[in-house]
Amino acid sequence: MSAPPAIAVDRLVKRYKQTTAVAGISFALAPGTITALLGGNGAGKTTTIAMLLGLVEPTAGSVHVLGAAMPRERYRVLHRVNFESPYVEMPRRLTVRQNLKVFGRLYGVPDIPARIAALAAELDLGELLDRETGKLSSGQRTRVALAKALINEPEVLLLDEPTASLDPDTADWIRGHLDRYRTARNATVLLASHNMVEVERLCERVIIMRRGAIVDDDAPPALLARYGRDSLEEVFLDVARGQGETREVAQ
Amino acid sequence: MSRAISLSRVAAMVQRYWYLLRSSWPRLLDLVYWPAVQMLMWGFLQLYLAQNAGFFARAGGTFIGAVLLWDILFRGQLGFSLSFLEEMWSRNVGNLMISPLRPIELVLALMTMSVIRLAISTIPVALLAIAFFGFNLFGLGLALAAFFVNLLLTSWSVGIFVSGLVLRNGLGAENMAWSIMFIFLPLTCVYYPVAVLPHWLQHISWLLPPTYVFEGMRALLIDHVFRADLMLEALGLNAVFFVGAAAAFMGLLKSARRSGALMQGGE
Repeated sequence: MSAPPAIAVDRLVKRYKQTTAVAGISFALAPGTITALLGGNGAGKTTTIAMLLGLVEPTAGSVHVLGAAMPRERYRVLHRVNFESPYVEMPRRLTVRQNLKVFGRLYGVPDIPARIAALAAELDLGELLDRETGKLSSGQRTRVALAKALINEPEVLLLDEPTASLDPDTADWIRGHLDRYRTARNATVLLASHNMVEVERLCERVIIMRRGAIVDDDAPPALLARYGRDSLEEVFLDVARGQGETREVAQ
Repeated sequence: MSRAISLSRVAAMVQRYWYLLRSSWPRLLDLVYWPAVQMLMWGFLQLYLAQNAGFFARAGGTFIGAVLLWDILFRGQLGFSLSFLEEMWSRNVGNLMISPLRPIELVLALMTMSVIRLAISTIPVALLAIAFFGFNLFGLGLALAAFFVNLLLTSWSVGIFVSGLVLRNGLGAENMAWSIMFIFLPLTCVYYPVAVLPHWLQHISWLLPPTYVFEGMRALLIDHVFRADLMLEALGLNAVFFVGAAAAFMGLLKSARRSGALMQGGE
């Protein structure tokens, strides 16, 4: 018997007045998998992630994370979930250590100094710990934000453009770290990204969204074969420009 | 997972605001600066009037008492709202709302910070009032405790309501945090008795808990009578205000979740 999904989304809809941001999508993510949510601007990726986190209330449909209905039962599971995005920042005038300490306490981390030390070693933050967060470069801030997202060793990790402002070397190093973390913790990772290299390197499954709907959902090799393309970037362009065949995904 | 309030999470938020406060000496100085300027101005005016009018000679300390109590009301609300605005300014609201922190825990942390900021601003100014004018606020004893509790409760109710508005409407509603309390200045009769107001306005004035506190203060300083009845009425009204503000905050938070305002990080 297979394990219940870490994330289950069923006929999820989000409407803002006249605009439909998410139009009845369904998918389920098995524990320990890394999945990419792909789509152009306004495709509905961020709204979907926000509904998974309980930040936005769905208009219709349901979201379950680790078995809890979101947002109604969010306090049952929020300590086992975390999120990183360049669009959400941490207090700039606090040092990195102070920020991590506060979030460690919020998430009920048992030995916070040891956890901060471990994260500093893993993400090469040792020299940054006692510097003000706002005085770091954007790349350094991204690493700090990732440390915050991993402070509670989450079973479900949601990432929005996790390597957006990193140089290629650091970005590649972060991807390696995420992959190792997923394996070690059997964590479920869902990442929204525009970086096709990242998606190809990390993800075993890609969900492509366009105008709030899922237009395709498969493993990267299967997508390449279906669209007759050599790279996911070409597949993405096909979908974004509406040139690819729109497929209804079997639920 | 326990449904109980976690004091550890409340303490984490207080720690976060304390880190912020102590990281900037201009902010600490600012907490004391305006209350001190206001107290000195009203204190000297009272001295002048006392030398030239018999009534003011008998009513020694009413202006200084009023300005110190007004500061408890005003700074209490500002201390609450500014700590909340820090989250909006640093675009940290999203991080907090996806963490296990519950709204009640956030409110408790903001209330604690309001008391801490109030202590930093009020205690030095109260000591200055003793040094300059021989007015000892602490000499009011138990009456001061009753005044303080009632004013603080009103300031928290207003702070909770304003925070809800900012959460729902973003930083466009920020000005409310600075200006909303000033409507209380004429209506709660900080510097003059309620009897001065037109009759119809007196009814509105008596709907506001601080009115009872300022009337009580004048009764104490001028007639040397502690009006416990006024304090109890204020407490009853404060209970209504507090429940109303908490319900409004939860309603505005729910509305923010529906409209996607929490995603936008305050913009």
